[in-house]
Parts: sequence; C-alpha cells; structure tokens
Amino acid sequence: MPHATFRVHVDPDKCQGHNRCYSVSPDLFELDDLGMSSEAGDGIVPADLVTQARLAVDNCPEHAISLTAETAGSGVRR
Amino acid sequence: MTEGHPPVRDFATDFDHTDPAWVADPYPIWDDLRQRCPVAHSDRYGGVWLPVTHDLVSEVAYDTQHFTSRTVVVSERRPGPDALPAPIGLSPPITSDPPYHGLIRRMLLPAFAPRPIAALEPFTRDLCRDLLAATAGRTSFDAAVEYTRHIPVRVIVRFLGFPPQDADLFRGFISQVLEQVDRPAEEREAMFTKLDEYMDVQIADHIAHPRDDLTSFLIAAEIDGSKLSVEHIRGTMILLMIAGIDTTWSAIGASLWHLAQHPADRGRLAAEPALMDTAVEELLRAYAPVTMARLVAKDFDFHGHPFKEGDWLLLPFPAANRDPAAFDDPGLVRLDRERNRHAAFGLGRHRCLGSSLARMELRVALEEWLARYPDFELSDPSAVTWSAGQVRGPRTLPVTIL
Repeated sequence: MPHATFRVHVDPDKCQGHNRCYSVSPDLFELDDLGMSSEAGDGIVPADLVTQARLAVDNCPEHAISLTAETAGSGVRR
Repeated sequence: MTEGHPPVRDFATDFDHTDPAWVADPYPIWDDLRQRCPVAHSDRYGGVWLPVTHDLVSEVAYDTQHFTSRTVVVSERRPGPDALPAPIGLSPPITSDPPYHGLIRRMLLPAFAPRPIAALEPFTRDLCRDLLAATAGRTSFDAAVEYTRHIPVRVIVRFLGFPPQDADLFRGFISQVLEQVDRPAEEREAMFTKLDEYMDVQIADHIAHPRDDLTSFLIAAEIDGSKLSVEHIRGTMILLMIAGIDTTWSAIGASLWHLAQHPADRGRLAAEPALMDTAVEELLRAYAPVTMARLVAKDFDFHGHPFKEGDWLLLPFPAANRDPAAFDDPGLVRLDRERNRHAAFGLGRHRCLGSSLARMELRVALEEWLARYPDFELSDPSAVTWSAGQVRGPRTLPVTIL
C-alpha cells in the first residue's frame, strides 16, 4: 500500500512575514533576516509533524503556505 | 469622545467612527452592516466608505492600484494630492505606496524581525513586574491607567533610545494625533510642528552620540546608497509612536477586560501556560484594535459603488475578524482556537511592521499580570471607557483583585 509523503512550501510572493507558521511549527520553517519565512530544507514533512504543518497552513493570514501529498515512487502531486 | 458631531441617523448611510454607539460597542453595528450592505457610506469627513466583510477588507488591502496609503487616519484634515511628499508620505512606510514602499520597508524589517525583538523581552518583563509591584496592597485600581498604558510607550521609548522620562510626553502627543481627529486643521498642524521639534532634538543628539538603538539605526540606514532625509527619519519615528503605542496598549487592555469578565478563561490560562500562544492570537482576533484607512486613488466602480478619487475608506480589520464567513462562531472567544487566520495586523504588503513586538508585549503583559493576579474582575463594568477613532481599547479599566 503506497504511503503519502507531505511537502510544505511557502510562496515567497505571498509571505508578508507574519511569522505564524514559524510560531506554530518551528521545525518546518525558517526565517531570514527580514523575518520572511520559507520551508526548512526540502520541505518534506516528517510523519509526526503533519498536524503541525496543517496548523501552519490554517494560520497563515496570507494563504501563502501549501501542503501537498506525494505518493511514494510516483512523484505525482494531488 | 467627539464633540460637535450630530448623532448618527443610520450607520449604513451616515456612520461616524467617533459616534458613542460605535465607540462603546462596534460589533453589532458591523454585524448589521454585513447583512445590509456590506459597503456602508457616510458623507462625514468629506465622504467615507466602509467595507465590513473579510473578503472586501482583504480585497482593498491587496489593491494598491485603486487605493493609496498616503494618509491612514481619517480626519477633517483631508490631504490633497500635493499636500504630502508622495510617494514617501508623512510617516514612511505606512503612508507610502509601491514601489517606494517596498524599499523602505525592506530597510526597516531587520530591526523588527523576531530575533531583535526577543532582545527587548527581558526589559518588557521587568517593566511589567515593576508596574504590578507598584499596585501591591491595593484591592482595586485602574488597570488601564496604572498598568496597560505604560507598557508600550516605555518599550518604544527604549527601542528608539529616547530619554525614559519622556514617556508621558509621548503619550500626550499620541492622544492628540489619534484621538482628537475632529480638531480644526490649524490646531492639528500646530501639534505636528511641536512633535517635529521634539524629534529634531533627539535626532541631533543621536548624530552627536550614536548608540545601539533604533534612532541610530535610522540615521545610519541607506536606501540605494543614500542616507535618509531628516524628514524621513522623523516620519518613521512618528509612525512608531502612532502605530506602536496606542495599538498595543489597546490590545493588552481589551485582553484584560475580557479575562476580567470570563473566570473560566482566566482560570484556564493561569493553569495552562502552554495555551498562551493560541490565546494571544484569539484575543488579537476578537479584539483587534486597529482600523486602517485608505484614500481612493482613482475613480472606479467597487462592487456597484461609485468610488471617487480622494474618497476616504475605513479598512476595519476588526470587522473582518468577526465575519462568520471567515471564522466559526466569530463572536465567541475560544482561547484554544486552532485555525485562526485573523487580520489583526493587516493583510498584504502593509502587514504591521511591529507585529512581533506587539505579540511579545501582549504575551508578557498577560503572563506577568496572571502570575501576580490570577483572579480579578471589573469593579464596575459601566465605568469602563473606550478610545474613539481608529484604535479601539479601554482607557479606563477599574478592576478588583479577588
């Protein structure tokens, strides 16, 4: 049975530096010197942090964060 | 409270954000307008529009083509197109438009990022403890006068590197700028002149004696290889005073006002410190203090309304935060609300520069208050007074310690 891998991404054109994502999920995001956010590393979300990733999505006032599932092996996003 | 304004006949067609009913409790007014309009209009102040849904407030906030931020406080003193040095505006970058806005904002952002702001936390915590210690032995006092109003002004004075004893002077200026919007134009000009003179003295002192504070940061700052003009530095300082003091004072006060009336919430918050992060966001959503303003930049049709160049528009983020289309049970304060895309700090490129500072101050002020006074109530709910204008918060908050 294929298991889904989640990837989180911050749209740099939408992020305005509210820092809500970093606040609810400091392991998944990092801030630059201007206080703007981006996903940490390649954005792959460890299984135990999926709930945190969803919280980050649901607390971004600018709707700048996406969370997508990739089925292992296929690379297909849905 | 505003003198000389006739009573509002109908908030859909004649609203006034300084009307006593709006000042006392604006939420039912916005709920009603959301059903009936949802873009209200008033001929007061020379013509003002008011969208009250989350969708419309967002749309305006993101639209810098049809709306200018050249001035963001609605008053009788409507600036003409040449009255202010566009595109910088009086208090950059809040009064600036793109593309210039982006340049100055980028220059300021590093000073307001979470890391440098965290460095102000120990000072803020000590300040809160000292203020609370001064109330020792009393069972009732005015929390707005003795606690909340001192916190942001002293933090900003510290951040700017101004003499600590000037905090009271600052508070006077701010009240004049923000709350006395109905004064004659000449009176407001004179007040701004006095404020400019004060800033000039501070800037000169920092040029002679540079130090590690925001004033020296602004003096040293460059945009495209050029130093900022004195007018620009002064404008940004005024912005910090206007944007950073009344606002946070209001958020802390409104949060204490809520907790004073909800024993279950304050009990839970005192018992579960881990709840503080979502609680702060929820209190910011429910009692967002700041309504911004824009000027219409060019004639156009906004959802069937004939917007004309130079019309005012109030941008009520607090009304957006109470829109049932955007939040479940928006009138209920749920300290553990998990999904909370509130717009207390605005949306889009003008997102409050000081949001990390405000959040830190609100959290620390509540933590220290609850540590000392976990149980308290309003001494007399009818004695609470609220500020008039675009920043809403309690200015009198008599509490009894239980």
